[in-house]
Amino acid sequence: MARAVSTRRKTLTTVAAWAVGLLIFFPILWTFLTSFKTEATAIADPPVFLFFDWTTENYSVVQERSDYMRFLWNSVIIAGGSTLLGIIIAVPAAWAMAFVPSRWTKDILLWMLSTKMLPAVGVLYPMYLIFIQLGLLDTRIGLTIVLMLVNLPIIVWMLYTYFKEIPGEILEAARMDGAGLKEELLYVLTPMAIPGIASTVLLNVILAWNEAFWTLNLTAASAAPLTAFIASYSSPEGLFYAKLSAASTMAIAPILILGWFSQKQLVRGLTFGAVK
Amino acid sequence: MGRITLDKVVKRFGDVEVIPPLDLTIEDGEFTVFVGPSGCGKSTLLRLIAGLEDVSAGEIRIDGKPATDLPPAKRGLAMVFQSYALYPHMTVRKNIAFPMKMAGLSQEEQDARIKKAADALNLTDYLDRRPGQLSGGQRQRVAIGRAIVREPAAFLFDEPLSNLDAALRVGMRLEISELHERLKTTMIYVTHDQVEAMTMADKIVVLRAGIVEQVGSPLELYKNPRNLFVAGFIGSPKMNLIDGERAKAHDATHIGIRPEHLKIVESGGTFTGKVLVSEHLGSDTFFHVKVDGLDEPMTVRAGGEVNMRHGDTIHLEPVSEHLHRFGPDGLRIA
Repeated sequence: MARAVSTRRKTLTTVAAWAVGLLIFFPILWTFLTSFKTEATAIADPPVFLFFDWTTENYSVVQERSDYMRFLWNSVIIAGGSTLLGIIIAVPAAWAMAFVPSRWTKDILLWMLSTKMLPAVGVLYPMYLIFIQLGLLDTRIGLTIVLMLVNLPIIVWMLYTYFKEIPGEILEAARMDGAGLKEELLYVLTPMAIPGIASTVLLNVILAWNEAFWTLNLTAASAAPLTAFIASYSSPEGLFYAKLSAASTMAIAPILILGWFSQKQLVRGLTFGAVK
Repeated sequence: MGRITLDKVVKRFGDVEVIPPLDLTIEDGEFTVFVGPSGCGKSTLLRLIAGLEDVSAGEIRIDGKPATDLPPAKRGLAMVFQSYALYPHMTVRKNIAFPMKMAGLSQEEQDARIKKAADALNLTDYLDRRPGQLSGGQRQRVAIGRAIVREPAAFLFDEPLSNLDAALRVGMRLEISELHERLKTTMIYVTHDQVEAMTMADKIVVLRAGIVEQVGSPLELYKNPRNLFVAGFIGSPKMNLIDGERAKAHDATHIGIRPEHLKIVESGGTFTGKVLVSEHLGSDTFFHVKVDGLDEPMTVRAGGEVNMRHGDTIHLEPVSEHLHRFGPDGLRIA
């Protein structure tokens, strides 16, 4: 039922929402602005907000000093690859748990999610040693596998929630209508699950793209993604705020754009099943 | 053709036997209704016939051919589900076309059958809509349309009307009966509503705890219930069942009298009591009467014009040729 809301209250809520939104957005805006300042302006006290000599020098320096495209390509491969691999493993898993549940299903789901509560640094040492042993250190394949494993519980959980919403009777109807397992998957299940699969993919690309702990610890040069690219600008010789900002802007731009265009899908994916 | 035979069919879920060995034959073209209280196994029985559940023991034959191990798709049966189970991502046209697409029918044949079904079910204007844009009744018609176009050996209905409101339910009941008259295809219909069973069926199968209590035409069941359970289940309002001394007087453990077989008399009568509630339906009036010496109130059916109020004394006399007698085992005494 709709509740009557007074105009004053509406205005207040709107203002408050904008204030919170801007507060959250401010660091990103500040990074973006700083990337167009000179190093001197960047550390000026009091800080300069908009009225300074805008320069794109930082971007050209960053591009000269490090190969942005290589980092970007690594990020694309690692984020895309780990998500794809995760989906391939999670779809049958979530499928089985949603449609042929056993009495352990709920426990397995909880146990999987509980692994996300473990601090990553707790397993850094063994992981590092395993990586050395297997020759996976600083390789894209190694990082792809790790990020897939890190995000797999979330992928399975999200897909499970989605599949749960598909009524079993519809699948039975397909069987009655003469569909074999292949046709059932192809014509009925997958089309119905596509919005869910899509938002799961999106969220995981973003999670993998932004993942910094493992990407920083398990790479050096050849497999380093954009997170390492940003980190390389906080150097021991002193901080170069403007250049660091330029690098950050370049690193987060692709995922920000992706997120912007898919926000509707993302919100739906994250709140799915919450409201019937 | 659509003759379905169940031969000593058993269904167990784990250690629980929901259907003990059951024999049943459904003749070609017959409208058979499985009726019984919730949990009596009627839906399970339908799903066994459909192939959606595996039989634990026994055999199912369709037109004489063994079907026990056939997957649902290969049994040539069509099913209409309680929740309609339409494909939400497909238009009405595609929903109806789906079984034909699976069967590999030509596009012309598909179009012709869709048109025929849509005409018959008043769906022509809705073919390009999605299920989400339809009302409950329309969705149910789409589900029926999807079943018709397959030209199945038999239709299976699993409580298809229970999601509809009362008025729509009566309408759809007539439509399904009409459809059966027109197609003459075997139909098996599951319901817990004995009114649906009585009005639609050629043959009613009354189930309780997986056991067939009685099989027969609606009137057969109404006039000659085989046991106490059927006597109490079939008929609305329920038959008055009386035990104790009054039953003993008729050499029975229980006697049963239908509400319309109780005559209101001026004085005397076998039963005397006070009116608790009177329900005026216009055509009929039902009186619920507290009879001296009986725990349960009795129900009496009288003409629409009969008027009695709460607390009025009423004298009742059963019509003796319509009195049902049941023995200590609950079975009917002839």
